[in-house]
Amino acid sequence: MSSLAEPAHRSLRAQTFRAALPDRLIALGLVLPALLFLVVTFIAPIGALLMKSVDNAEPAAVLVETLPAIGAWDGVGLPPEPVFAALAADLKAAQKNRTAAGLGKRLNYELPGMRSKILSAARAVSKIETPPAGGWTEAITGIDPVWKDTQTWSVLQRNASPVTAHYLLNSLDLTRGPDGAIAAVPESEAIFLTILGRTLFIAAVVTLGTLVLGYPLAYAAAIAPPAVAATLMLFVLLPLWTSLLVRTTAWVVLLQSNGVINDFMMRLGFTSEPVQLIFTRFGTLAAMIHIQLPFTVLPIYSVMRQIPQTQLRAARSLGAGPLSAFWRIYAPQTIPGVSAGCLITFILSLGYYLTPALVGGATDQMMSNFISDFINRDLNWGLASALGTVLLLTTLALYAVYVRVLGADRIRLG
Amino acid sequence: MWLPQYATPGERIGRTFVVLFAVLVALFLVAPLLVVVPLSFADQPFFTFPVPSYSVRWYADFFSSERWIVSVFNSLVVAVLTAVIATVLGTLAALGLSRPDFPGRGFVMAVLISPMIVPIVIVAVGAYLFFGNLGLANTRTGLVLSHTALALPFVIVTVTATLSGYDRNLSRAAASLGAPPLDVFRRVTLPLIAPGVASGAVFAFATSFDEVVVALFLTGAEQRTLPVQMFSGIRDQINPTIMAAATMLIALSVALFVTVGWLARRAKG
Repeated sequence: MSSLAEPAHRSLRAQTFRAALPDRLIALGLVLPALLFLVVTFIAPIGALLMKSVDNAEPAAVLVETLPAIGAWDGVGLPPEPVFAALAADLKAAQKNRTAAGLGKRLNYELPGMRSKILSAARAVSKIETPPAGGWTEAITGIDPVWKDTQTWSVLQRNASPVTAHYLLNSLDLTRGPDGAIAAVPESEAIFLTILGRTLFIAAVVTLGTLVLGYPLAYAAAIAPPAVAATLMLFVLLPLWTSLLVRTTAWVVLLQSNGVINDFMMRLGFTSEPVQLIFTRFGTLAAMIHIQLPFTVLPIYSVMRQIPQTQLRAARSLGAGPLSAFWRIYAPQTIPGVSAGCLITFILSLGYYLTPALVGGATDQMMSNFISDFINRDLNWGLASALGTVLLLTTLALYAVYVRVLGADRIRLG
Repeated sequence: MWLPQYATPGERIGRTFVVLFAVLVALFLVAPLLVVVPLSFADQPFFTFPVPSYSVRWYADFFSSERWIVSVFNSLVVAVLTAVIATVLGTLAALGLSRPDFPGRGFVMAVLISPMIVPIVIVAVGAYLFFGNLGLANTRTGLVLSHTALALPFVIVTVTATLSGYDRNLSRAAASLGAPPLDVFRRVTLPLIAPGVASGAVFAFATSFDEVVVALFLTGAEQRTLPVQMFSGIRDQINPTIMAAATMLIALSVALFVTVGWLARRAKG
């Protein structure tokens, strides 16, 4: 029997698969335009950012002769004369093409002071028309003692590669020592782990703040008569619809030294002179909690609405006190909503830029603000991209947890 | 059902406390927005309450400034184009995703939603690098492409939610009566999900119209959008004209919010 049934069964399965195939292809075909669009306008740009964090184009573009020549150097003492000659040729070209500054800036990241050394060496070498009598080694080491230093040459040697780990290491407060081993940067220069820690800390406090404020609000809305609940939820949704910039602007107006809160407190006699509220951690947290509150409240509310009130009554009739009934029957059922709300607020808080930029002080700036500053102020694209990579990976790891545990479908509007 | 009849006095106090706390939190949510509105109508450029005397001078200021008007125009162009492209792509994707047993649905959905959660600065820097290489930096095209990517998840989520309430038997009935697939979509499915699609378009419009950071990176002086104009104003020295702009944006948000609420009621029939 079974030997007869099996082929029939298999062919039935094959048939259903074939029958479903056009349907699946149509489904894929419908999603494909959106996916392709995202690949070009969203995923490729992020890819460009990731590439930039390891990009090492400057040394190879300027030191065209030096880098191949220095490859064979054993790292002991000074490189042989041909390497110096190659460097002289490269620096002459750099001086002519005005590319010395870019190279200097790049090497300066790894060897402080190199910018001016490269510029002065390029100027000096360009004045020497014919190969000097004592050879290029003597001429170049004569320009500045830095060229007698083995470390200078090993930095050049390791930058022969078109990719560098320098920026990514730097973004984690690590560096390569003279011997090429990875080590922590001196404490005075270590800032990036502090910034990452601060970003995580602010996101955690904001998440906790929205939970403390939002949970009772969601609860009140869940037990209130429909009309009251609708009004409360209107108060939650309306800010969500208002632009982030407008909400941040409102906080600037509230917190300013001559702003609404200070004006109010001085009139009531709480304080005789304005209290510093704007550009403080307190102001940043208050504004961020205000902005994120709806994101935490909505998932909690939608879960609470599904919990029948009769369960609490049943618990009470079986002898549980009001607190015990709430804590043991109601609260555990709200956990899916609490985790969804807190996780989305934490993820979104990590990426804040506008609010810290406008409301925060120097010590309240988060990862995003440093990424933007390194580009706009220092033009250090490599480091900005490396910090971006760290922030992106942190965010995506948490997003993966969200999708795994709760499913991407749960992410609601806002 | 605020309180059961058997509530203990302690429970009554506790419940009252929770409700009072909730009302305070609700006020905390809207108060900052309500503060902006009267200040924009103040006669003097001071942020103080009660407002001494009212006028519309900051609105006159706004509408007589070419900078502000041009920025509104730029924002409208970008937001409308974004809404159109995102709605078409997003609706198609939602139709595909809501077909039964779509292969790898969870992962595809996670990718399509991801623009909502990737930090905006990363989107902005990436777009600046990538579009710069394509010669699209400082163009409206680049901004529209980026904004469309950011708006797509909102359309997909809205239309998918609407489609989950759509009875597939209606499509099957139409097909069995001989309607070709395109006709089924055009004459049966689309009219029924139209409110959801329209909500998605409103979300997409709002996403683009409010977006600051990508616009900061991708626009030059000529493509400057309204939020960028506001942002540079706040960085500089916050002035009442910005309050007027903010108030008009709040009014626009309320209008869009009411529209979406109306569409949702229509969708329910």
